Amino acid sequence: MALITRTAGALHRRPRLRLTLLLTAPLLWLAVLYLGSLSVLFVSAFWTTNSFTSEVVKVWSTDNFHELFTVPVFRQVILRSIGVALAVTALCAVIAFPLAFYTARVAKPKWRPLLVVAILTPLWASYLVKVYAWRLILSEGGLADWMLKPFGLGGPGYGLTAAVLTLTYLWLPYMILPIHTALEQLPANLLDASADLGAKGWRTFRSVVLPMVLPSVAAGSVFTFSLSLGDYITVQIVGGKTQLIGNLVYSNIELNLPMAAALGTVPVVVIVLYLLAMRRTGALSSL
Amino acid sequence: MEGMAIRLQGLRKSFGETTAVAGVDLEIRDGEFFSMLGPSGSGKTTVLRMIAGFEAPSGGRIELAGQEVTGLAPFERDVHTVFQDYALFPHMTVEQNVAYGLKVRKVPKAERLVRARKALAEVRLEGFGKRRPSQLSGGQRQRVALARALVGRPRVLLLDEPLGALDLKLREQMQVELKALQREVGITFVFVTHDQEEALTMSDRIAVFHQGRIEQVGTPAEVYERPATPFVASFVGTSNLLEGESAHRIVGTPGTYSIRPEKIRVLKESAEADQPEHATAVGTVAEVVYLGDATRFLVDLDAGGRLTALQQNLETSSEDVAAYRGTRVRLQWHRRHAVAVPVPD
Ligand SMILES: Nc1ncnc2c1ncn2[C@@H]1O[C@H](COP(=O)(O)OP(=O)(O)OP(=O)(O)O)[C@@H](O)[C@H]1O
Ligand SMILES: [Mg+2]
Repeated sequence: MALITRTAGALHRRPRLRLTLLLTAPLLWLAVLYLGSLSVLFVSAFWTTNSFTSEVVKVWSTDNFHELFTVPVFRQVILRSIGVALAVTALCAVIAFPLAFYTARVAKPKWRPLLVVAILTPLWASYLVKVYAWRLILSEGGLADWMLKPFGLGGPGYGLTAAVLTLTYLWLPYMILPIHTALEQLPANLLDASADLGAKGWRTFRSVVLPMVLPSVAAGSVFTFSLSLGDYITVQIVGGKTQLIGNLVYSNIELNLPMAAALGTVPVVVIVLYLLAMRRTGALSSL
Repeated sequence: MEGMAIRLQGLRKSFGETTAVAGVDLEIRDGEFFSMLGPSGSGKTTVLRMIAGFEAPSGGRIELAGQEVTGLAPFERDVHTVFQDYALFPHMTVEQNVAYGLKVRKVPKAERLVRARKALAEVRLEGFGKRRPSQLSGGQRQRVALARALVGRPRVLLLDEPLGALDLKLREQMQVELKALQREVGITFVFVTHDQEEALTMSDRIAVFHQGRIEQVGTPAEVYERPATPFVASFVGTSNLLEGESAHRIVGTPGTYSIRPEKIRVLKESAEADQPEHATAVGTVAEVVYLGDATRFLVDLDAGGRLTALQQNLETSSEDVAAYRGTRVRLQWHRRHAVAVPVPD
């Protein structure tokens, strides 16, 4: 008993030690699983394959990475993937902001929890179900065509646009939630103070609301960006012939594992760069 | 004739079932330091928020400088507010906070900076301009809020318990500074507080709020010396009322009377009244409280009721004081200090 009390006391006085002991096991697990598999990926990207037998040859070379930047197809696909991720992120932000503004500040307080649940419900449905639903919507003569017909327009059909739309739908909740939280926590006093000093609604929005919510937009964008960059199923289902990094990784796994690994490191590097950029907005502290 | 900065007529506000403000009529003069004093929940903040335009009245009118503003938005009124929790913009520096109102009003950048610096100097915060609000102490934030509201030189400054979050020492210091600043800039200050001492020391005039109504408006001396209702008598200063039968017997005429504790002298029971205009009452000391500079006596009167008397500790010390408990004493006061308080029916 005394020993336990003494140990507890010692731990209480040394918060760092306590934290270390507490976190060691999960951190080790994380390190082995996460970083371990990442480094296996990274190392294998430097190997090559025998082009006849498709067997991995464990000889160190940077050829794979060289190819990534020189072979036009690879370059195009990488840029296209980043472009898709950015477009999805931008669309999500533009759509999420007014929605979150409504759920957090316009709707009556008693409805707000319900609205949050409504935002979350799509996350409970199966990914594939949602994507196939969009495949139906975007199919020839589908809902999209039917709705745009009165305007003399047609749906986008399967392709890059369809992939961007579907991904936007899929990841939208991840953008709405942080913005909703930030808007809800925005002190009403600050809005009063702004109006008090002579600012009209638009001015208050630009100078007070937006800067204070921006870190949360950035936080949401970390989700939408990285989820979009890693996705390859949606594009297979609604993207027509469009290829993204994920598809190339997938198709290379059988034939050329090291090349697939090299391709696989690309999103990792891009996401790390993106995180570094977002860190400057203070987004990571609001995650 | 002096101009009126603010005129409220029959101002009312209900939130659903609760009536926060139940009909307020009030005139506040130009350049006045005006306090709204009242207990928690008496409607002070709500009145202030209606003057600022954050809350729409359920009834009545608001005039600022002779112009009706009842339906106008906050940004259309020439008043600025110092919020109880300061409401500084956390993402802006101190200087940007102060300059915000000028920026909104499209004052050129160079002039903005000069005026913001000057306003910060006025509240003795030179050199703090580049900091964020989170890097300031409570008192410093309070000054930033003040500078931000003052820099645009509004006609009226509304202050909602601006000193509430400060510790006693700092609060007393800020009371002096605030009063000096008000005299210097000559702007009308409407100051909300529930601290009667603060209201008495700082104000030109005070309105005492109770349950959404004003019970009395007057100078600190008027409110303190001649309370208009029993509520004012008990809320401003220590409650010291003679009521009913005992009032009849001691004062001679029936009614409710308020006597301020410091007006009452504590004498030996055997002492005679000094002069015919003095009234006296005998009783037993129930409690003695040593306050350092003074001693408070709680005396149960033979005629019924209890009075508090406050005596300066000219010669007595804490040891002598304790010996008074349970002894018989005679209380004496000048008849004009027993103020008849009209009881509303
Ligand atoms: N937004 C609101 N919704 C509902 N009731 C409110 C609202 N604001 C104020 N009230 C009620 O109105 C009454 C007056 O409130 P008010 O804030 O004006 O009091 P106050 O005098 O400023 O008190 P304090 O000294 O505690 O700040 C209170 O009973 C309060 O509960
Ligand atoms: Mg209040």
